[in-house]
Amino acid sequence: MEPFDFRPLVKPRRIAVAGVSLTNDRHPANVIYNKIRLRYPVPVHAVNPRGGRFLRDPLYASIAEIPETPDLVVIAVRAEAVAAVLAQCIERGVGAAVIVSGGFAESGRPDLQERIAAMAREAHFPFIGPNCLGVYAPGRFDTFFLPGERLVRPDPGGVGFVSQSGGVLVDQMVKFSAQGLGLSLAVSIGNKAVVREIDLLRHFAADPATRVIAFYVEGFGRNEGRAFLEAAQAAGKPVVVLKAGKTDAGRRAVGSHTASLAGDYRVFSDALAQFGIVEAHDEFELTCFCESLSHYPRAIEGRVGVVTVSGGHGALATDILSGLGLEVPALSAALQAEIREGLSANVRPIAALGNPVDLTGSSTDEDFLAAVAALGASPEVDCILLLLLPYSPGISADLGARLSEVHRRSGKPLVAYVPHVEKYRILIEGFELNDVPVAPSVDGAAFMVEAMRRCRPC
Amino acid sequence: MLKEAPPGIWEAARPHGWVLEPDALRLLEAAGVPVARHAFAAGLEEALAAAARIGYPVVAKVVSPAILHKSDVGGVETSIPDPAGLAAAWARLARLEGFRGALVAERLSGLELIVGAKIDEQFGPVILLGLGGTAVEIYRDVVTRLAPLRERDVASMVCCLRGARLLTGYRGCAAVSLPKLTAALLAFSELVTAIAERIESIDLNPVFCTPERCAVADARIVLAPAP
Repeated sequence: MEPFDFRPLVKPRRIAVAGVSLTNDRHPANVIYNKIRLRYPVPVHAVNPRGGRFLRDPLYASIAEIPETPDLVVIAVRAEAVAAVLAQCIERGVGAAVIVSGGFAESGRPDLQERIAAMAREAHFPFIGPNCLGVYAPGRFDTFFLPGERLVRPDPGGVGFVSQSGGVLVDQMVKFSAQGLGLSLAVSIGNKAVVREIDLLRHFAADPATRVIAFYVEGFGRNEGRAFLEAAQAAGKPVVVLKAGKTDAGRRAVGSHTASLAGDYRVFSDALAQFGIVEAHDEFELTCFCESLSHYPRAIEGRVGVVTVSGGHGALATDILSGLGLEVPALSAALQAEIREGLSANVRPIAALGNPVDLTGSSTDEDFLAAVAALGASPEVDCILLLLLPYSPGISADLGARLSEVHRRSGKPLVAYVPHVEKYRILIEGFELNDVPVAPSVDGAAFMVEAMRRCRPC
Repeated sequence: MLKEAPPGIWEAARPHGWVLEPDALRLLEAAGVPVARHAFAAGLEEALAAAARIGYPVVAKVVSPAILHKSDVGGVETSIPDPAGLAAAWARLARLEGFRGALVAERLSGLELIVGAKIDEQFGPVILLGLGGTAVEIYRDVVTRLAPLRERDVASMVCCLRGARLLTGYRGCAAVSLPKLTAALLAFSELVTAIAERIESIDLNPVFCTPERCAVADARIVLAPAP
């Protein structure tokens, strides 16, 4: 099948919202219409069979009556009425639809869903849903029937995110935002009657703005998993998957050890590893992995040089990294001597350089620069983890920006931990605006390293 | 590479929904998966002759379309030292439901692995490797990969097992032959890919591996439900 043309879905030049109510201000269609009308730079039209005026704008009785053809129609009418609106969209030459309405396969009406899916397949017309929140395109538009003031809205950025659950998507937007991670596009695909994960995966693979493709998946259809894996492997950019439903019912446990041992989740998880797709086990990992891989889309072996101002943090980080199966190799005497050579006179005698490289609380910016530059140039490690506690007076607000230049010179991935509190904002942004990810915790920083190691076929 | 299953196997299996073990072993052998030396015997004389050829000690297992789980009903005699022992074992097996004869096989030793296959709803044919034997359901130390396997998939399966060192060598235990294990798994994966439409699952448990060889000691092939 020819791939869908998603341009009308992701960059619509004109939108219509079907189902706008004259009596219920909180109707999903009204929420969606109002937010686009008031807050997004794209023309939007309200549709309701009764016609007339909505507020002071025209209310069109059908898609056909709108003077100019919309690229995208958001359908938020009763389930029984969706097919008629969909027919109008196809007839009018609309490019795509988002069907927000519920009342289909999820509530015992697979017949209604099959009917609209058949219409769309026949016309090769892409629609998202039904039973979904639809699309969030930062700065352009969104189809979420949740008031804008209730949402945390990530900035435009490099993550393309597809979720089978609208709730998980909205919550993940909170987490992405807290991490300073932007979205190229987020899609809640609901019952995925026509547009499925693999279609959006292909879209994101071809989209230059997307650097990491992330999924929240509950399950694939029959034999759909393999095609997804092959497309993900061919995407040429990191793919991260958070799978829910890890506990098997064990319903096929009788008769075969293999069927009982190779449960649905075991097969799913092993298959991701086989194809070099990064599995996140929870939302925190998902956020860390997306952050890290949007900066560093290539795999590492996982030999980590740890640089710290606190011996305790170095030990904690080493424990976490080792627990994940990453290596914190002892540095050679030659490399230690080279690092020591570059340290300031009062740090030189007290620093412990075996790895972790503990520069102590007396360290200054220059000591960090010297240690990171030496590690960056050495083949003994393939990634550098910085534990940067800005309490030390020798550390300046410029350190993030200055260290990121070392990374840009050597090309070696650099991940930092800086406590995420407002007073350290300038230091954090010094890293992040210069392409170095910053974690809000030591384990988060370790997960950012782990992401790069998982990002290759096992 | 298996072009076609030996004739008659699927037809014979259809009525009870799984492949009787002599046929299962024939199918594996035809596909190049190494199995224990064995022979099917319909009567005691045949069994004694087979055991003499194979060499004692031998294993004898009931062959009955009514018995899928042989060891649950006392259908496996694992350590038969001599002809008298075989005659006694035969008498016990012959009393089991649906008895058609017995499979007489060499008694293998080595590291016990499980090799399996199942047709997954979302991903299609899947190959499983794990530490086998009777404790397989307790430790659940298994890893799966989608079929068909490539050589590097086998290497990564071995190293993903928690007990990988039991295969690669640990203290007194010699490493098993990874080239033999790899060849067996690749041949098995090709077979599974070729017959994926017909089957629901396969258990090869145990597969005995030593530094010299890997061989299937027990095979159970369950057919896909008739459409």
